[in-house]
This record gives sequence, C-alpha cells and structure tokens, in this order.
Amino acid sequence: MTMNILRFHRKRLNRSMPVDFLLFLLLSAVGVFMALPLVFVINNAFKPIDEIFIFPPKFFVRYPTLKNFEDLYHLLAAFWVPYTRYIFNTVFIAVVGTAGHVILASLAAYPLAKKQIPGKKVLFTCVVLSLMFSANVTAIPNYMTMSWLGLLDSYWAVIIPAFGSSLGLFLMKQFMEQMVPDSVLEAARIDGCSEVKIYWKIVMPMVKPAWLTLIIFSFQGLWGSGGSGKVYIYSEQLKTIDYALGQILSGGIVRTGPSMAATLLMISVPIVLFLITQSNVIQTMTTSGMKD
Amino acid sequence: MNMVQPKAEAKRRGLKLRTGKLLHQMRLNRQSYFMLAPYFLIFFTFTVFPVLMSMLLSFTDFNMLQFPDWVGLQNYARLFITDEVFLIAVKNTIILATITGPVSYIACFILAWLINELSPKMRAFVTLVFYAPSLSGSAFIVWKLLFSDDSYGYINAFLLENRFISDPILWSTRTDLILPILILVQLWLSLGTSFLAFIAGLQGMDKTLYEAGAVDGIRNRWQELWYITLPSMRPQLMFGAVIQITASFAISEVSKQIAGFPSIQYAGHTIVTHLDDYGGIRFEMGYASAIATVLFVIMLSSNLIVQKLLRKVGE
Repeated sequence: MTMNILRFHRKRLNRSMPVDFLLFLLLSAVGVFMALPLVFVINNAFKPIDEIFIFPPKFFVRYPTLKNFEDLYHLLAAFWVPYTRYIFNTVFIAVVGTAGHVILASLAAYPLAKKQIPGKKVLFTCVVLSLMFSANVTAIPNYMTMSWLGLLDSYWAVIIPAFGSSLGLFLMKQFMEQMVPDSVLEAARIDGCSEVKIYWKIVMPMVKPAWLTLIIFSFQGLWGSGGSGKVYIYSEQLKTIDYALGQILSGGIVRTGPSMAATLLMISVPIVLFLITQSNVIQTMTTSGMKD
Repeated sequence: MNMVQPKAEAKRRGLKLRTGKLLHQMRLNRQSYFMLAPYFLIFFTFTVFPVLMSMLLSFTDFNMLQFPDWVGLQNYARLFITDEVFLIAVKNTIILATITGPVSYIACFILAWLINELSPKMRAFVTLVFYAPSLSGSAFIVWKLLFSDDSYGYINAFLLENRFISDPILWSTRTDLILPILILVQLWLSLGTSFLAFIAGLQGMDKTLYEAGAVDGIRNRWQELWYITLPSMRPQLMFGAVIQITASFAISEVSKQIAGFPSIQYAGHTIVTHLDDYGGIRFEMGYASAIATVLFVIMLSSNLIVQKLLRKVGE
C-alpha cells in the first residue's frame, strides 16, 4: 500500500515494511488533523439549516445548497456601510501594503546582498535580530508614533509598517545573494548601467520566485486579519471585511451557516494564491537559511 | 613627552585618514544608500525605535495624556512582586512555548522529511493541506465550534456517540483543559514558514552527498538523516528555529478567541494578553512597556541561546 504512494528518488537504503507503514500512518493522521477543521468549514458552508441543527450533528453535508451564501449576501447588504466598501478597504490595504513591501524590501535587499558598502553588516544584523521578537513588543510605541504622525484611523497606519516587515527583506536578501551571479552585474556595470537600472532590469527579473514569495507572505498577513487595523482604525467606513464577517459570526449559532460561507470565501483567496505560487515559494525558501 | 606627541599625531592622522576613506567609500556608493533609505527609514521607525522607546518608557508612569513621570524600577517591582496575574501569564506562556515550540519545530521537520519522499504532485498536494491552516488567517475560530459546550458541539457529539463520555464536557469552563486546547490549536497553526523552509532545504539537498554516504557505509535512513541530512540543513534549521520560537512566545490571538479575554481565572492568560490588557484597555503605558520589555528579553535571549546550540549540530 505504501509502496505505491511513496516513490523513491534514489537507490533505496534498506527499509523495513513495518516502519514504512508506521510512517505512512503518522503522515495520514497528521493530514486528517490538519484538514479536519477546513473540511468542516467547507461542509458547513453548504449545509442547509436543518442539517446544521440536526442532532446528533453530522460532519458531512448530505444535500448541499448555496442558501448560506445567499443569506450571507443579504446580511452584508443590511450593514450600515455598503459591504463593497469593506471589500474595497481590505483589497486596498492588502494590495498597496504588499506592493510597497515587495518594492522597498527588494530595493534595499539588492545593495545588502551584492554591494560592498560600509554599515551593511550592522543593518542586516538588525533585521535578523528583529525576526527574534514579535510585533507585540513594538505595539505601544507604534501606537504613539501613529498618533504623532496623525496617521491614526487611516489606511496608512496599517500599510506603512507593513512596508518595513523584516521577514520579506531577509528572504529577498538571502535569495539575491545566492541566486544572482556577480559576473552578470559586473558586465552591466562595465556597460555603464546605474545601480537602480541594474536592480530593476537585471536583478528583479532573476528573483521572480522571491518576490512572488514576498507577495504571498505579505498578502496573507494583511488579508486574513486586516493587519493591525483592529488597533488603528475605528471609523466604520474604513474597516476591513474580516471585521464585518466577525460581526456576522458574533450573531450567534443561527449565523453558523452564513459565517461558514464567509470563512470559506475569505480563506480561499490566500489558498488559491499559494496554490499558484507554490513552486516559487519553495524555491525561495531553499535560500532562507541563516549562515552565522 | 617628545615620544608621545608624534604618536598621538600619527593616531589622529590615521583616524582622519580612515574617516576620510569611509566617507569617500560612502560617497562612491551613494546610489546604494539611496536604495536602502526608504525601507530602513520605515524599519527603524517602526521596529528599532519602538524597542528602545519601550525600554525607556518602562521606567516611567505614563497615560498618553500627561508627560511621563520617572519612577525608576517601580514598574518591574510591581510586575514581579505584586502582580499575581502577571506571574500566571508568565507561567502559562512558558508552558505554551516549551510545548508548542519544540513540538512544532520537530513536527515541521519530520513532516517535511516524510513529504520529501512523495512524488512531486502528491508532495505539492500534501504541502498545501499542511500549510493551509497557516494561510487561513482567523479561521482557527472553527475550533471554538468544534469545542462547543453542549452536545451539539462536534467533539462532544463524537465522544458521546462512541460512549467515551456520558455527559457533554463543558470545555469553556474547565480551567484545566484551556491550556491543552490552546496547545492543540496552536499546533494546528504551526506548520508555517519553517515547514516550507524545511521542505525547500530537503529538496535542495546535494544528492551526491547521499551517494558518498552510501559508499562510506551509511546503512539506513536514520543514519543518513543524522550524519548527512541534518548537518547540511543547518542554515534552514536555524531559520526555522527563530520563526517557531518567536511564534510560540507570541501566542495571544488564539487565546483571546478560544479562551476569551480575559479568560476564566486567567487560565489562558499569556504575557502578550497581559500586555494588551494594560496597553490597550487600561492605558497604563509605562507598566505595559515594562511587560513588553520583559517579553522582548525572553524572546531574544531564548532565540540566541537556541541559535548557539544549533550551531553545534554536526560539528
């Protein structure tokens, strides 16, 4: 059974069937654990109301229906702020935040990876150290900074910090360092290209997997939770779709169907994005290692 | 005297020469600095400056309205001596981190290693299934539905039907079950960036190393793992450790959504939720900054210690 599924890419070392079988079981068990909640979301999104409240509850849907999506639409339409506005806010924050992050991080990664300049080691060490603590540490001073800059209650309070996320710069710099050959850059310099032109015309096309990876990581962070919007944005018309969906979810058990439909729609966006970019992401992570 | 003066003179001239050289270097590379500037301006404003600011504010009493008052070590004294809730938060955080950190780290590696033997199509599919929870943002709230208190809750219903229990378990009121549930949900979310890094690292392995290993008398896959795979994956292992450790100390959203905020008898309270309580609700910014500083020190020091240990792998 395991033999059909496991395909060995090289000459096989002596393995035992029982161990193979146990490992296969382990993999399946973890697979079920990981998939179960999402399978639950998918099933409940398509359950008619009597199946949601059947006792004892059944895990799988028997007569799938689109009724929950219809209900979700009506619930959203009843909001004081048009729901299209929430969707626009989410898309705007996720797209602008992601685009700015990819451009600024790769612009900074190029000299860090490929130029011998004073101070670059210190800068990169700061970035690596910043991976070692979470954004919770910086939350309080950042709230004050936002208030001093007059950015509270605007998109920019969420977008601008996202530009400076450190994981993106780290991955981009590692990838450029290992994947872009110096000889190509040297040749371009001899031809008289400026550094900015080298970055844009030569380096960026070569590091496509890396910027696709930055796109998926940044987008997923800003999309699902609306970033730090919960703290910074209090005007109703600037709030993101996850807030509106949270309101629907808090309507209690009767809203289970529509909220599962909403959850399904929300998570399908980053999952589809990852599905498309998966091989590029894996390629980028090959260079993600920390040297010293 | 006569001897010293020329020496000092030479030293000064040397320094001048060096700064001159440095400035010259920087001028030559000014394009590079222009490229670094936008990112690092934001990075310093929102990542480096806040850490220093937080440390400074932790010695003050500050409510965002009046100018901060210097109070010395008072905030820290209060944290560690009188604030019993903080000590609960520290205890919970350490329990959560010492279980979810290592378990998720090892799981990321073992699963990546098992997946590596699958055919490419199968591998892509399994990777997606395992990584999907990390992609799905706040969808972990589903766990709350699974752990509903009444017999409509799916886990209760399952346990009842198979006669493991005779009455539904009141998950949300059982303080002894809150941490295990949080650990479960956190583990569900933890096959993230490091998992992808490990898959990538294994795929990028130099295959000739295995052939050389076979010649050198490596007999089974466990020896191969220990003597060849792990040492050559050290850079990825170090990166993965950083990501998992930082995440395991930062548990807060999961606790707030699943256990409630504040949770019953603070059973799911963590350092971060304590920080949010004082920073986001009570507006005691000085005190909250002291909590943030303690969190910073814990995260950074455990990361640096683990980095030091991992550097020894295969040496």
